[in-house]
Amino acid sequence: MKWTKTLPKYLLGLVLLVGLAGCTAPKKPTDEQAQSRSADVQGAYDIKSLDDPNSPLSRRVIYFDLDSATISEEDRELIAIHAGFLASHPDVSAVLEGHADERGTREYNIALGERRAKAIKQLMSVQGVGQNQAQVISFGEERPVALEHNEEGWRLNRRVEILYSGY
Amino acid sequence: MLKKISSILILLLSLAHNAWAVLTIEITEGVEGASPIAIVPFAWKGQQAAPQEIADIISADLQRSGLFAPLAKQDLISQPHDASEINFTDWRVLNTEHLVVGKIDALGNDEFQIQFQLMDVSKGSQIAGYSIRSRLPGLRRSAHKISDIIYKALTGTPGAFDTLIAYVTVNQYPSGKRKYRLAVADSDGYDEQIILESSQPLMSPNWSPDGKRLVYVSFKSGRPEIYIQNIISRDIQKVTSFKGLNSAPVWSPDGKRLALTLSKDGNPEIYILDLASKRLSRITRNYAIDTEPAWMPDGKALVFTSDRGGSPQIYKVNVSQNRAQGRVERLTFDGNYNARAAVSSDGRHIALVHRIDGRFRIAVLDMRTRQINILTDSRLDESPSFSANGRMIIYATEDSYRGVLAAVSVDGRAHQRLSSQTGDVREPAWSSFKSH
Repeated sequence: MKWTKTLPKYLLGLVLLVGLAGCTAPKKPTDEQAQSRSADVQGAYDIKSLDDPNSPLSRRVIYFDLDSATISEEDRELIAIHAGFLASHPDVSAVLEGHADERGTREYNIALGERRAKAIKQLMSVQGVGQNQAQVISFGEERPVALEHNEEGWRLNRRVEILYSGY
Repeated sequence: MLKKISSILILLLSLAHNAWAVLTIEITEGVEGASPIAIVPFAWKGQQAAPQEIADIISADLQRSGLFAPLAKQDLISQPHDASEINFTDWRVLNTEHLVVGKIDALGNDEFQIQFQLMDVSKGSQIAGYSIRSRLPGLRRSAHKISDIIYKALTGTPGAFDTLIAYVTVNQYPSGKRKYRLAVADSDGYDEQIILESSQPLMSPNWSPDGKRLVYVSFKSGRPEIYIQNIISRDIQKVTSFKGLNSAPVWSPDGKRLALTLSKDGNPEIYILDLASKRLSRITRNYAIDTEPAWMPDGKALVFTSDRGGSPQIYKVNVSQNRAQGRVERLTFDGNYNARAAVSSDGRHIALVHRIDGRFRIAVLDMRTRQINILTDSRLDESPSFSANGRMIIYATEDSYRGVLAAVSVDGRAHQRLSSQTGDVREPAWSSFKSH
């Protein structure tokens, strides 16, 4: 049974490395922000950044495609920033709250919300975030933020929220 | 084959206090070929108005089954209350196949004696005759029992009118806050009792086989936990509170175990919890999502949802001594989303949520032919639950973007909608036969 637990983490680690390499590789330097973000991963954010609306740390929602827990390239960078912050602040903890849109069955959706949140947790843990520092909770489709029953509402509801304890 | 009878609203008004319909039932599609039956208003010999319109309750029950077409009250040509008063020739002219007559006697101290006879009109003979004693608060229930007797006598299948439905209601307030309620009502929507209120989500109610307790998921602590609640005493007992998901609990047919979903070992897996010993047995071992277990009626197998094949599909695993036996068998192959199975009490049908063209419908898998038959036509149908006799399926759907309950016969012919005044209604669970 052990490999089923460790394999995905290993794979995600690989994917992450590839993702980071993509950000910093000189071949794709078009995005200046990407470079500064990868610098931030090294812990440039202090605790006050959590209250700074201009800090990338203020972006705390990751969105997903239908039926999917795949994290986009752009969101990998954002997660890396949060992971870097958490890794350099072991006293700070976060809840990764997984959600789904209203389509599909409720119990499957709560499992899907958990899968999304765990995908983010695994990305974070390979960057040094402690196992108990990021806690996963899924609400499935039970707590929508958008009440519209259309594509835009569904898009906004398929999400993981990064909630810093006490912030 | 279906004759649309649009908007025949059956107003189930009650004269008794303490008995109101929070859910009103609308027959959205009647069934051609339903058997014509006349339920004559029961004679009442009390001083005040009759405490319950027994005949109205029976008529509504039989009509909802889709198998009977009760005559409208104004079309009754006479109002006999005893077999000796019936002129069968009159009823034959109306093409009535069956006739129910009866009377209620007040015995004092809020006690009543209800007598009724079910007659075969063409033969002019009695099929069934009963005398039932009832107390005032139980009169509605007595009417449902009479419906069950009539249904059984005429179809050979037990009726499931004297049963309960549980469901979750949600009200959203302008402040953004939500109120979740767990409710229990008679199968016709009457006598709603709120057994639990919470500002946090309530999910997945499921009945104990004796109809006395519900198991459900509550987020009251901020994360999902499984609880059992007695619907009479309202006593609540926490059952599981493991790290991760505590989800989709369903009672075993013998009432001694729960099948449920836990993700404490890494990802969602099906477990069996023995309620007496609290011993937990893991049934599935797969890196995919395994959830939404449902018991086969013999308690020797579970069906469940898994996306191990890439999309959610229904699988079956045999269980012996709380251990998985043999290979896991995939049951559904039509489409890329089949989930949340519910099994009929005879094990012949599995109701499930089936996605087609991006819409979610209730479908039935016939376990003999392995064919899937789609029963509904909206876009967000979910949470199917069988009536105790396996003939009807109650489920959640939407009406003008509001969550409502609906029911459909297992052959897809009879449709009805149970609407509430406010809020969303969801996750209906139909009880087994009442044993008390």
